Amino acid sequence: MGQRIVIAGASMGGLRAAERLRASGFMGEIVAVGDETHMPYNRPPLSKEALASEVTHEAVAFRLRPAVADVTWRLGVRIASADLAAGAVRLADGAELAYDGLVIATGMRPRRLPTPGPALGRHVVRTLEDACALRGELGPDARVLVIGAGFIGCEVAATARLLGADVTVVAPEAVPMRRPLGDDLGAALQRRHERQGIRFLLGRTVAAFLGEDRVTGAELSDGTRLDANVVVEAVGSASNTEWLDGNGLDLSDGVLCDNALRVEGRPGVVAVGDVARFPNPRYDGVARRVEHWSIPTDTAKRAAVTLMTDLGLSGHDPAPFTPLPTFWSDQYDLRIQSFGTPALGGDDIRVLEGDLDGEVVVGYHRDGALVGVVMIGLPSAVARYRAELMRGPAAA
Amino acid sequence: MKVIVDMDVCKDHGQCVFSAPEVFQINENGRLVFEAEPDESLRDAVEEAADVCPLQAITIEG
Repeated sequence: MGQRIVIAGASMGGLRAAERLRASGFMGEIVAVGDETHMPYNRPPLSKEALASEVTHEAVAFRLRPAVADVTWRLGVRIASADLAAGAVRLADGAELAYDGLVIATGMRPRRLPTPGPALGRHVVRTLEDACALRGELGPDARVLVIGAGFIGCEVAATARLLGADVTVVAPEAVPMRRPLGDDLGAALQRRHERQGIRFLLGRTVAAFLGEDRVTGAELSDGTRLDANVVVEAVGSASNTEWLDGNGLDLSDGVLCDNALRVEGRPGVVAVGDVARFPNPRYDGVARRVEHWSIPTDTAKRAAVTLMTDLGLSGHDPAPFTPLPTFWSDQYDLRIQSFGTPALGGDDIRVLEGDLDGEVVVGYHRDGALVGVVMIGLPSAVARYRAELMRGPAAA
Repeated sequence: MKVIVDMDVCKDHGQCVFSAPEVFQINENGRLVFEAEPDESLRDAVEEAADVCPLQAITIEG
């Protein structure tokens, strides 16, 4: 009998896990289960270039390598529950899948606001369908209210503005993207957005949406009323782990894993992507989830090796897993790139090169050591700072 | 092995350079340049470069 690995989740983390399992020499059956109807696709463009032009699966789909041509994709079906002791998952359609190894790659979903008022006209941006629905409402006549001033909120705001919409951003924090960028860089980016005509109403929240069937506006916590016919809720995300309830796992913030991505105390069960909470010895022993684009690829690579070891198919890899998180954000013609973990260095932020209103390199330090870098422009400096971060805090 | 980069899609992030510096480089103008037919021994590095491209602009043929 051949072995079977079930991959729970058919987005980037699930695809990368399948690729890495094949690359590691796994010859058995791989079944990937995903609740979306699409083959895996790349999400970052959904708030950026894809939202600005045409949102199609073809434009954002990941290319499939020949090595994963024999993976079975069970799409459009949710995993309802798992029995880790028995080694089986149950799908929402009633089917049961037994496994020898399990990859947890179910990711996150957007948080929704519990704010009272009409639902029609309120959007989130996570899936292709979300982006299609939003794209259909953006244009010069749109009065867009973006709730949340994180990266997704600011990217959507910038894209909507490029499409000619009137855009207001409302958020409780004092400056946009404050975590992880810090006050000074966040404020500098706010000024750039304001020059493009975006209005920020910060330090407040939305108390109620106005309108009958459809949103026509919002009333804020300070009593301000504004007109809006399109609302985008960009207020963070929640882990898709409910299907793992009842197995005695620590699911308080994603799935708690060891440094090799093995779910605590469960041989043959690993987690990848932003749902995995793991310690990164590059920084310390604290387990953290990382919602950065580079993480599905990095964690899949390591988790595949761990799974192969647990299934008795390869030897133990003793090297610590120390990924360098990376993400980027495009807002207008600005390229914002982040390397490392700026959020860990929020108490000691220094401009290393350039100036905040032009091209700039900002360094984030902990105990005097560089732990993260955020750059706007300055492409020629990227390699230097990345190399410094790769060497680690000891060398900084 | 043939490397194809869709230059209409590429935005010069340069992530590929870190995975396969023998194949991909950012020139002095900040633009991507690459070796279209790298040696087979570089396949793993080139595949990693294709994986980490934020715009997924890199294709490998053969």
